Amino acid sequence: MSGIASIHLVENALLVSIQDDVNDTEILELQDSLSRRIAQDNVAGVIIDISALEIVDTFVGRVIAQLAGISKLLDAKTYVVGMRPAVAMTLVELGMYLPEAQTALSLSHALSQLRSD
Amino acid sequence: MPCRSCEVTDLKTQERFTPLARFPLHVSRDVVQARQSVARELRDRGVSNIRVTRFSTAVSEIARNVIVHGGGGEFSVYLDPAAGYLMTVSSDKGRGIADIPQALTDGFTTAGGLGRGLGGAKRLADVFEIISSADGGTTIKMGIKL
Ligand SMILES: Nc1ncnc2c1ncn2[C@@H]1O[C@H](COP(=O)(O)OP(=O)(O)O)[C@@H](O)[C@H]1O
Ligand SMILES: [Mg+2]
Repeated sequence: MSGIASIHLVENALLVSIQDDVNDTEILELQDSLSRRIAQDNVAGVIIDISALEIVDTFVGRVIAQLAGISKLLDAKTYVVGMRPAVAMTLVELGMYLPEAQTALSLSHALSQLRSD
Repeated sequence: MPCRSCEVTDLKTQERFTPLARFPLHVSRDVVQARQSVARELRDRGVSNIRVTRFSTAVSEIARNVIVHGGGGEFSVYLDPAAGYLMTVSSDKGRGIADIPQALTDGFTTAGGLGRGLGGAKRLADVFEIISSADGGTTIKMGIKL
């Protein structure tokens, strides 16, 4: 059983929506399979939709930050879309930054940025 | 499920409370269950979105620490009606925290983590107390004003 949605190929990007009930084990599995797919599918970007997430704590934040670092090494950009304002404010208070990740307000915004690259 | 025999005792006042909910903390799924249950209780009581997110993030950090550093334990949620707080208590029988101020420092970790969970949780909660010893394990009480 998995609390995470499957990975979809949309245009030249991989799209994944993380569900709110995702646990630490599942998010590490996602990091693993997404990293493999970036190399395999030779995509320009990875779009991580976190609009369902009520919280992003230091563990999930770190996994997302690492994923962005991995995709950069594999020559793909990472977009984090749909972050709730309350989540953003809490991340700042935790002192968490996602340096390699681009943030975009919506999926279509992320896709149009990827197209124009 | 509330039950008479599993009351929580306030660490300071020794007052007893009947928990709203009580969970084991052993696997990572338990962390999700604990923080989602706290979020539900807070939302039911009309607490604002941002405050629900802040406090359930703190719960997630502390509950994960019980599993990762404390070898597992348990978690309970109760109301302190007199003070108007929702309180949580997490406890484990692990090795304890040797130096609490050091553990609270951002970036300090003994397990290759980010080291921002404990200090972060303290900033996100309205009430935060740690009781820890090498032979008694670690108990952390957190509260949010309703
Ligand atoms: N329940 C616990 N039992 C024993 N040690 C703990 C516990 N919670 C936290 N600690 C200690 O405090 C340190 C800091 O915790 P935290 O800020 O959450 O960082 P991290 O979990 O990333 O290591 C941990 O590395 C650990 O040494
Ligand atoms: Mg931690």
